[in-house]
Amino acid sequence: MSATTGFTVTAKDGRCVLQFSGSLTLLRVRKLSEQLEEVEADKPVVDLSGVERMDTVGAWLVHKLERDRSATIVGATEEQQLLLDHVARADMPVKVKRDYESPLLRVIGEAGEAVIATGRTLYGLLGFFGALIISVINIVRHPRRFRFNAVAQQFEHVGVRALAIIGLMSFLVGIVIAQQGAVQLRQFGAEIYTINLIGRSSIKELGVLMTAIMVAGRSGSAFAAQIGSMKLSEEVDAMRTIGVSPMEALVFPRVLATVLTMPLLGFYAAMLAMVGGGIFCWISLDIPPITFVQRIREVVPMTDLWQTLIKAPVFGLIIAMAGCFQGLQVEGNAEEVGRRTTTAVVQGIFLVIVLDAFFAVFFTEIGWL
Amino acid sequence: MKSERVICVEGLRNSFGEQVVHDGVDLEVKRGEIFGVVGGSGTGKSVLMRSIIGLQTPDAGEVEVFGEPMIGRDEEEAKHVRRRWGVLFQGGALFSTLTVAENIQVPIKEFYPGLDQDLLDEIAAYKTAMSGLPGEAGAKYPSELSGGMRKRAGIARALALDPELLFLDEPTAGLDPIGAAAFDQLILELRDALGLTVFLITHDLDTLYAICDRVAVLADKKVVAVGTIPELLALDHEWIQQYFRGPRGRAAAQRATEEVDG
Repeated sequence: MSATTGFTVTAKDGRCVLQFSGSLTLLRVRKLSEQLEEVEADKPVVDLSGVERMDTVGAWLVHKLERDRSATIVGATEEQQLLLDHVARADMPVKVKRDYESPLLRVIGEAGEAVIATGRTLYGLLGFFGALIISVINIVRHPRRFRFNAVAQQFEHVGVRALAIIGLMSFLVGIVIAQQGAVQLRQFGAEIYTINLIGRSSIKELGVLMTAIMVAGRSGSAFAAQIGSMKLSEEVDAMRTIGVSPMEALVFPRVLATVLTMPLLGFYAAMLAMVGGGIFCWISLDIPPITFVQRIREVVPMTDLWQTLIKAPVFGLIIAMAGCFQGLQVEGNAEEVGRRTTTAVVQGIFLVIVLDAFFAVFFTEIGWL
Repeated sequence: MKSERVICVEGLRNSFGEQVVHDGVDLEVKRGEIFGVVGGSGTGKSVLMRSIIGLQTPDAGEVEVFGEPMIGRDEEEAKHVRRRWGVLFQGGALFSTLTVAENIQVPIKEFYPGLDQDLLDEIAAYKTAMSGLPGEAGAKYPSELSGGMRKRAGIARALALDPELLFLDEPTAGLDPIGAAAFDQLILELRDALGLTVFLITHDLDTLYAICDRVAVLADKKVVAVGTIPELLALDHEWIQQYFRGPRGRAAAQRATEEVDG
């Protein structure tokens, strides 16, 4: 078998004859098409009698000669002719490239689309909140529709299983605050104020904020992914056709569990942050735990705790709603689930921090310093 | 040359944990034939295909493709065999971040780097048309296509390298009858024109009757019978009889004979 490909150009009866030999396949096509470019004969005769193997790419080259240069094909075997016909039939306009868009227009267009999408999301979230309230009213009016098992299960996922990680995280954050605070306050000889720093920051802000971020990452994303994949496998549609409201069966238990769990987790986080800070004070600053606790009671007002306990359920509501809302928006393919999950977490954390700023201003205004 | 074995499987054993899927599967596929594999759900048809193409390492047994042993080969050596076959997975398995045309070009670029982009675009264009996709589909992303169109695009990609051997996992599932018949026709034509060997897993009785030269029946963890459909019909095996003599089997047989008469 001759592996070299090529063709010889001869003239016969005033017409150019391209005599191909060897194999006419993808392997050789690059060289071949370059060589064919150089032949400038019009209406050549293509002789395939010397071709041992031909695949669709080879057939395509021959077909192009026939199409563009009105070549006459001779010497094709029955199979080769079949292949040529096959390729000829496949020769129709096919769009291979996306339409060109100027980068400037694309950027402007994307910015516009992002604005519209944000507007739609906010509008959608508002509508979703309304639907949630309706389903709460429905459940209150028909307590039998309350799914206790589902709520208990979500409690476990959102709350109990998060205890270890949130505890560890808060403990470490407490140590970091104490350590950093002590370094700065030492310059003024005011190390004892480290306790104020630990107590007030962890109870008022850090405990609940860190918990919210962790819950958004753990549970908000899980809600979006779970509901999203249920949406993909048409489970949600099946529910609707059976007459079960997805809002009541899927969304309400998750939202309720998160709203109820968040204050508990936030309080727990604040406590562990103080334990971490306290241990640091004991070891590093020689402040005994008794003194630490006494001082905490003196400097941390009760309103700090109220602030945390008021903020926590609101944060929980935001996170759970963002997760469930994004999950229900999933349409089309599995990629969408990933995208929506990311959006749920980003939205949840962003809204939590925005609201936290509002709360800070609000509580200051009403005198809860 | 005609009777050369393209695929040879001997004593194949596959298991997942406790569950044994295959126990002593023997199989031979000859060059140029369209070889069908049938079997009930869960008899391991797809697992058999995955073992042959090297996606699943069997517990025991030998697999040879083009006369080369496939088990325990290193990547580099296996690559040479891989460029000689094309695979269509059940859902099409298109790369979701690439357009259909780009999907078709992936194997060509991988194995034959340095081809001119214009030529690549032409190849992608006629492969797209050949697999029966409309002209505007080439520039679309898989998420913009219907299930049937995705399958066709998958076939176009499987045929990108003009393979000698084509693996098809339920190619006509999810296609409408017209599309399925056109697909059967496409496979027949390609086989005649390119000398393709086709390994075909299917539940579609019409496809079996229309294009398969030989059919293997998977049951009881092994291949219980191999032969043409008339040969299989003559066998006294309960599952085979139910499969081909059931209402759907009879209807397909009738359609097939009508086609021959007409």
